[in-house]
Amino acid sequence: MINSVSAKVKVDPKDAKVSMAHFYVAFIALALGGLMGLLQVLVRSGKFELPLGIGYYEILTTHGVLMGLILTTFFIMGFQYAAVSKTAGTHSNAARRAGWIGFWLMTIGTLMAAAMILTNKASVLYTFYAPLQAHWIFYLGLTLVVVGSWVDGAAQIMTYAKWRKNNPGKPSPLLTFMAVINTVMWIVATLGVASTVLFQLLPWSLGLVDRVDVLVSRTLFWYFGHPLVYFWLLPAYMAWYVVIPKVIGGKIFSDSLARLTFILFLLFSVPVGFHHQLMEPGIDPAWKFIQVILTFMVVIPSLMTAFSLFATFERYGRSKGAKGLFGWFKVLPWNDARFTVPFIGMVAFIPAGAGGIVNASNQMDQVVHNTIWVTGHFHLTVATAVLLTFLGVSYWLVPHLTGRKLTKSMNKLAIIQGWVWFIGMTFMSVAMHLEGLLGGPRRSSFSTYGNSQQALDWIPYQIAQAVGGSILFIGIILFLIIFINLAFFAPKGEEEFPVGEAENLEEKAPLVFENWKLWLGITAVLILFAYTVPFIDIIQNAPIGSKGFKTW
Amino acid sequence: MHMHKLEKIWLIVGVSCLVLFLTTIGVSAFYLGNKPPSCLTTVDPDKVDQQKPFDKPGLHKVEGKDWDYELVYVAQAFSYNPAQVKVPLGAKVKVIATTKDVIHGFEVAGTNINMMLEPGYVSEYTTTFNKAGEYLVVCNEYCGSGHHLMFSKIEVVKQ
Amino acid sequence: MAKAELKTEQKTEIEDSSSLKGTLASVFFLGLFIVITWVSVYMLFVERF
Ligand code: HEM
Ligand SMILES: [Cu+2]
Ligand SMILES: [Cu+2]
Repeated sequence: MINSVSAKVKVDPKDAKVSMAHFYVAFIALALGGLMGLLQVLVRSGKFELPLGIGYYEILTTHGVLMGLILTTFFIMGFQYAAVSKTAGTHSNAARRAGWIGFWLMTIGTLMAAAMILTNKASVLYTFYAPLQAHWIFYLGLTLVVVGSWVDGAAQIMTYAKWRKNNPGKPSPLLTFMAVINTVMWIVATLGVASTVLFQLLPWSLGLVDRVDVLVSRTLFWYFGHPLVYFWLLPAYMAWYVVIPKVIGGKIFSDSLARLTFILFLLFSVPVGFHHQLMEPGIDPAWKFIQVILTFMVVIPSLMTAFSLFATFERYGRSKGAKGLFGWFKVLPWNDARFTVPFIGMVAFIPAGAGGIVNASNQMDQVVHNTIWVTGHFHLTVATAVLLTFLGVSYWLVPHLTGRKLTKSMNKLAIIQGWVWFIGMTFMSVAMHLEGLLGGPRRSSFSTYGNSQQALDWIPYQIAQAVGGSILFIGIILFLIIFINLAFFAPKGEEEFPVGEAENLEEKAPLVFENWKLWLGITAVLILFAYTVPFIDIIQNAPIGSKGFKTW
Repeated sequence: MHMHKLEKIWLIVGVSCLVLFLTTIGVSAFYLGNKPPSCLTTVDPDKVDQQKPFDKPGLHKVEGKDWDYELVYVAQAFSYNPAQVKVPLGAKVKVIATTKDVIHGFEVAGTNINMMLEPGYVSEYTTTFNKAGEYLVVCNEYCGSGHHLMFSKIEVVKQ
Repeated sequence: MAKAELKTEQKTEIEDSSSLKGTLASVFFLGLFIVITWVSVYMLFVERF
């Protein structure tokens, strides 16, 4: 059913190598991180203790770093690198070199951070809040991961720029455009975390300075921390908007609106970090509320996305003769893992989004802040909506890159993998949400808190989480089996890289969308508006800084 | 750029809901006084014990203020001072807390009292303890190997 | 696809093949879910001290 020339174009094998290198690291991180996740739920059930004196928080740091930072960044960079190569043309030698340099910088950084975590010199969790003080090699390692991702991003931007030069006056390919938006947002966002690490945490952990300004550090961290979650989400949206329509045999609902949503994400993802600091002293409540309003703005592109996706499905279903209000739902290709697995992710994003709006609702955060509700929330967002989409992408992208095919039996196993994840996550996430509403804290090993009745009431939920988490771990094993098959053993063949076309091809995307000066300008203005005054306040009213502590 | 009529309807409805949410919490926060804890006072984290009110942790009756009691906590890895306290039912209490070392959480489980304690800053929250019972104060921000052992208890009792 | 069949059907139930009413119903369902979740937690907030 290949109907356009571009559908036949394969990602160049040299580019494929770069992407696959990223995926190996990403999925090793998933395997190890999954094992940590399993240990966490078992410990938290109260029925199991870690052997050999291994600490719970060392495990949790490993899980957070591997899952939240390594798996995501490596997968996203590998995926976007391939997507740009596919839609904007093979990367130049210089861009490919950037891809490799980025990959190795990130890998070396990962190993440095991992070495410090494994030797218990950095059990500070993946958010590394000062004044907990990790070994400087941990901070340097994470710096290399970020710098490597910039170099990786530069490869995508170079190829995008080349395409623009060769095609003046034309809107760039949609997938490339989206990848570049995400990369640009990432660069803007990581400036915050890079600043706190380079100017505060590294000198402080090296002993060059004695004290660190905790609130400044946290504010810079969360300036980065919220766009971080959109950096995870946007590649999933890329697959939902562009890949899924082609997989089901339908059309992209609207090319222009898809671009508009991505622009909105670029504008509103960054100036909202205070919604992670709503319970904190030292920040004016009016500025918190202003950022809450900006946070609600970033819900709008997701509302648009929901409409577009349903519309793609309904149009496709009706073209197949489906009738009635929901007849289209039945004719969707449920036997195709490339569709079903990401679809489960989309469904998870409904409760995930609802929970997110609650979290962001200013004082309502008092009900849920730092309770295990939050963990339940982001295992729906990143660990289901995003992760299942990434796995669904892998099911065709890995064989496309390795010149193999997704066989019928692997397709079936992949669908099972998706549903196993759904079941496991339903148990774990629902139990986490409910326990959180009862006050159960996150980031905590098993404890009865001196046999407090409230804490005893949490235990049944923790057991449910252990059940769900164990099922999830099976889901990870299933995925790894499929991945190894697709990378090394599946029969040789051609697997399509599905790139959808818009329903209305006459309607060209307005060129203003590619006016980077304009969008970066507005982004900067919004950031300056949201942060300048409160940040100056924070610095001017700062107490004496904190010395470093190693309390683990 | 063209937008489908039904999508416009959806966006109008969706955005109206968001505006409604924002208005509700905005009015509640700024007119009814339900702002999230955002105290701007600072303290020297190295000399917490010498500074008022942290030189005397515990529950204190106060006169001539909008609240009846002040409940002062000093947190450090991995305990709160006081470890146990009784609060009379119906008392309007200002909870005042800070930390001597790393960041800690201060969450009274099952209530809206939930705030971060950060070195150098005072965290405050005023509320009326209007339901009797035993409440667990739990540290909900990771602070080190004993994090899950860090707690205190509040008993709200009829008098 | 049988054209004749399509025609007769179109007469009995007039349904535009480009209709998006299912989409609108779906997003409204989603919106309702969000509102219910939000209101529930808001009530919890109001009810607690
Ligand atoms: C086998 C599957 C998984 C299980 C059983 C699991 C379990 C858990 C549990 C129980 C926690 C909270 C522990 C605590 O707060 O004390 C946690 C935290 C976390 N998980 Fe997972 N998880 C899984 C997969 C994932 C995936 C796929 C991702 C991301 C893509 C992820 C990202 C995170 C992050 C970022 C944290 C926060 C760590 C922190 O608070 O410092 N998890 N996980
Ligand atoms: Cu956020
Ligand atoms: Cu703690």
